[in-house]
Amino acid sequence: MVTKNEIWQLLEQVSDPEIPVLTIVDLGIVREVELEDNHCTITITPTYSGCPAMQVIEKGIEELLEGIISVTVKSTLSPAWTTDWLSENGRNKLREYGIAPPEHEVDKSVLFAAPTVVPCPLCKSSNTKMVSQFGSTACKAHYQCNECMEPFDYFKCLK
Amino acid sequence: MNREQALFEYTLRIADDSLILGHRVSEWCGHGPILEEDIAMTNIALDLVGQATNFLEYAAKVDGKGKTADDLAFLRYDRDYRNALLVEQKNGHFGDTMARQFFFDVFRKLFFEGLTKSTDETLAAIAEKSLKETKYHLKHSSEWVIRLGDGTEESHQKIQESINNLWRFTEELFFSNDVDTMLLESGIAVDLNALYPLWKSQVAHVLAEATLEIPSGTFQQKGGRTGFHSEHLGYLLAEMQYMQRAYPGMEW
Ligand SMILES: [Zn+2]
Repeated sequence: MVTKNEIWQLLEQVSDPEIPVLTIVDLGIVREVELEDNHCTITITPTYSGCPAMQVIEKGIEELLEGIISVTVKSTLSPAWTTDWLSENGRNKLREYGIAPPEHEVDKSVLFAAPTVVPCPLCKSSNTKMVSQFGSTACKAHYQCNECMEPFDYFKCLK
Repeated sequence: MNREQALFEYTLRIADDSLILGHRVSEWCGHGPILEEDIAMTNIALDLVGQATNFLEYAAKVDGKGKTADDLAFLRYDRDYRNALLVEQKNGHFGDTMARQFFFDVFRKLFFEGLTKSTDETLAAIAEKSLKETKYHLKHSSEWVIRLGDGTEESHQKIQESINNLWRFTEELFFSNDVDTMLLESGIAVDLNALYPLWKSQVAHVLAEATLEIPSGTFQQKGGRTGFHSEHLGYLLAEMQYMQRAYPGMEW
């Protein structure tokens, strides 16, 4: 019979459909794995309210565990997902992929605060500028490097 | 009216503000003044529709009549919508859209901060989730109000007109009736009367930064919260509900 640990390991095979370099475990959206009487309940949480990837992820989990154990996927909103749950491993993968990982600091004041300094994932320069707070997906902002001129995505901080 | 009916009505107000504004903002898709704004608008619309889904799912559950969130979104008539008049107003030009968004975002941030402390666990959880997104929306709309107000002579004049035109819909955001009274007693609802002065001072702060005037007009139009909408909502619903009306029960 499959153990909880093995299920956690298996879940590493389900990747985020929008950022395939990250698994759902890296992202911290798997909140709980419960095992009872040969049935497994997995609780996941969305990154953003309108995240269109949730259904795909749910399907991915069901397909992954098909034939291994019967599974129910539950979704929860509280506590709300934060970028703090992104694993160190996930941060490194993002950087290698060309997406700047979220900076740990909180955006102090919502208004009038200077945008966070985000180092360029390509040339590592800190001389970058925010082009738009909203990027190609809900979880990203759009930046550009002033040194190497490359545009890049920033996985924005959500707390 | 019993507690369940009040809670249903209350949840619909929140859901419908998100749903109708989300649809409005999505109308910018492909029409943004610059590519970055097109992307920003569609992101904001997605957040709002996502919030609406969460609130409508809860409303359907509280209602207990076997309806789904989709039934509530797509199969009600205009008189059954509970959104404030502000959010159904047409997009107009980009300044009009930003002024509408700014008034709403300031309200929404304060409201969700309050709702995270609700004794209703589901409402508190959705509020906690939505608040994080709303902070980004507010930053975006405030910066545009400042940029346009403190921009060129033309942008200043245009955004001032937008602010003046939409001002009459702002007080309705703080509308409350016996629904609120009932739910305030049990700690479910947010005290909107207490939020209004905060809203005013935060709006004044940004308008000052934007070198814009606070409108002096005192006329206020209300009705959305009790189902009396402007003609604009009908057109919006015609487009939003088209698919479900033409092909009842269809799914993606
Ligand atoms: Zn660079």
